Amino acid sequence: MKTDILAGMRQSLSVIVSAAPFGLLFGALAVDNGMTVWQAVLMSATVYAGASQMVGIELFGQNVAPWLIVFSIFAVNFRHVLYSASIGRRFGGYNLWQKALAFFLLIDPQFAESERRIEQGKPLTLAWYLAFGLPIYVVWIAEAWLGATFGKMISNPQALGLDFLLPIYFLGLVMGFRKRTLWLPVVLASGAASMLAWKLVGSPWHVSLGALAGIALAAAAPLPKPATGTEAMK
Amino acid sequence: MSEQTATLVILGAALATFATRFGGHVVLSQFRRIHPRVGAALNAVPAAVLITLVAPSLLTGGTAEIAALAAAAVVSLRAGLMPAFLAGTAVLLVMRIFV
Repeated sequence: MKTDILAGMRQSLSVIVSAAPFGLLFGALAVDNGMTVWQAVLMSATVYAGASQMVGIELFGQNVAPWLIVFSIFAVNFRHVLYSASIGRRFGGYNLWQKALAFFLLIDPQFAESERRIEQGKPLTLAWYLAFGLPIYVVWIAEAWLGATFGKMISNPQALGLDFLLPIYFLGLVMGFRKRTLWLPVVLASGAASMLAWKLVGSPWHVSLGALAGIALAAAAPLPKPATGTEAMK
Repeated sequence: MSEQTATLVILGAALATFATRFGGHVVLSQFRRIHPRVGAALNAVPAAVLITLVAPSLLTGGTAEIAALAAAAVVSLRAGLMPAFLAGTAVLLVMRIFV
């Protein structure tokens, strides 16, 4: 158990370091978009999903219906359904509360490192899982507080480029999925549809309409060889 | 949006997110396998959603913004998210200050 804990904590370090700017950025932008410091902390502590939190505060700053913000966050986080189905099979030894905690912590790196550990033939013990996941979680919350507190002092976000960091970050995320089947057609379809919807219907509908175009294309496209479409399930 | 509504939005988003993380296991474990078309559609979701938050910048952004996106895209072909993000940010700042 001790080796599991040490291994988990050691592996969590690189995730903590690479996620730090985004945790801080989230806090700063949340306040910039009209949230209070404690709401920024609450969001990091309860939603705990970086990209979707950014989407949430982006819509927060605009005049968007509350249910649509919740729905947009749900849409961005929908990929977790696949993570959940895949990794959930390894939670057999956990009781209900342990399972609930494990699923709550199931962010992208948690999923990726857990799958890697299984690949290496090591058991997915709760000790390893929490030793990896909890430090990332605690630091993520602290960063929201730090960023929100510090962000209040930034009087001119445009001078620092803060106002355009989110699109750059989202593009980086999109590029990270480029090994996936149909990635380019999906990105082109959704990108073009969102620009069209932006012109014709207006924000924020460009998000759901644009996303639908790419998803529909992926569902309707000729099926590739078996298993490529469901690789997260293996 | 009132502060109370905002807090409710955050809690609603938290519940929705937890539902995707727990519910995927609960729902999909009922089936032997996912239909390939459903799998392909799910697989496309993250890129399809996230690109819609970038693409309109091509319509609204100036030279600095578009150059920043181009820099981030090129760097991400060779490096990870963080270097790509930093490259895009650097280009954005430099162009806003000097161009």
